[in-house]
Amino acid sequence: MFALILVLFTAVLLLIITYLRRKSPAILRRIEAYERLNRVVGLAVENGTRLHISLGRGNLFTSRGASALAGLAMLRRLAERTSMSDRPPIVTSGDASLSILSQDTLQAGYRAAGAEDQYRVSTGRLAGLTPFSYAAGTIPVTRDEMVSANVVIGDFGSESALLVEAADREDIHLIAASDNLSAQSIFYASAQDPLIGEELFASGAYVGAGVSHEASLQVQDVLRWLIILAIGVGALLKLMGFNF
Amino acid sequence: MRVFTAAVAMASGLIVLLGYFYPLDALTQLRVMLTDWAIIIAAMAVLIGIANLVFTQMDRIRTRQKNGAYGALLVLSLIVTFGFGLVFGAENQFMRLAMDSIIVPVETSLMAILAVTLVYASIRLLRRRADVMTVIFLLVAVVFLIAIMPTPIGPVPGDWLVIQFAGMFSRGGARGLLIGIALGTLLTGLRVLFGIDRPYGGN
Repeated sequence: MFALILVLFTAVLLLIITYLRRKSPAILRRIEAYERLNRVVGLAVENGTRLHISLGRGNLFTSRGASALAGLAMLRRLAERTSMSDRPPIVTSGDASLSILSQDTLQAGYRAAGAEDQYRVSTGRLAGLTPFSYAAGTIPVTRDEMVSANVVIGDFGSESALLVEAADREDIHLIAASDNLSAQSIFYASAQDPLIGEELFASGAYVGAGVSHEASLQVQDVLRWLIILAIGVGALLKLMGFNF
Repeated sequence: MRVFTAAVAMASGLIVLLGYFYPLDALTQLRVMLTDWAIIIAAMAVLIGIANLVFTQMDRIRTRQKNGAYGALLVLSLIVTFGFGLVFGAENQFMRLAMDSIIVPVETSLMAILAVTLVYASIRLLRRRADVMTVIFLLVAVVFLIAIMPTPIGPVPGDWLVIQFAGMFSRGGARGLLIGIALGTLLTGLRVLFGIDRPYGGN
């Protein structure tokens, strides 16, 4: 029952704040990685180099799929912004359904930019179906396809270290985010611009994917404060001897 | 068409979600049926994904791109393995041989490379970001590794203290991160459920 109330409360809050945000855009805190992303996207278009987006292995049938969906929302905007480039962005994923959605999203981005004829289905690729085959299939893209910036966003495991290392060896800008704690610690240790925790889900808001993404951040803030309050009250009650 | 795909996706999502909260017979049956359909579609997606992989590699060979020979090897291996699997089944000796002699050793060697890569990344971390948080990160990682590693003399003296004390902070931090991720997951799911984000149907 509590879960249903939480979902309903969150849904109502999201709709209300999305409606309110249409009138006044949000002011977002500065996140170095997203600022750099916006710069490298512009540079890639100007240089005639390529953007490589790795969406990970987030299976859409599990809760890991959410990070993949966040990555797709970001991809939609990036595709729109880079569609006029000489070298279109390449998207790799480690899940078959996700690779089909990435092709669909890329096409939608090109269509929105009025450049649908530039879209190539081969730019949305399935790199491999197991963690290491995915890494092995993704590394050649980083190395051989004139990539100047790598955006690694989604569900990854420890194989992400191989992707980071490949980008580092080619001296490519890397922006990395994952919902997996192991991958986050690897990104923290080895990536230039790691995104930690829920910063992954802020990607849409920072690349201008729409007011609903900004509203989502505000709802997350509200819920976070409610959780902090609940933890504080719970700890206090426990100290006072209440058992629950 | 776009409205239709959005309506189907939203209706399916809502039915499955309601099926979890209200386990009524009709809703549960509908939820199971929709999930079964989704699994069948996902299985088809695997075949489409593999076809995509083959076409991408063949394109590399055709346009004589760098390291295209590896692509040829991949396509050849895929066709041979797929053919054998179809004719003789997954339990065939050749299939087991392909798994035990090629796939498992290759993945194991990648795992070994991974261990070296991680050590190298830790060493480079101080050069890349020399701040207090980096020092704490590396110090905790090393101390934790010493505390949990097996030694010929048995447990390292005081290991329980490290595990309890450092573990208290790391568990707290991990829970905090996971709560943030859970909230992000919830909001992302709701945006897709309401059709605000539509990563399907070319929207």
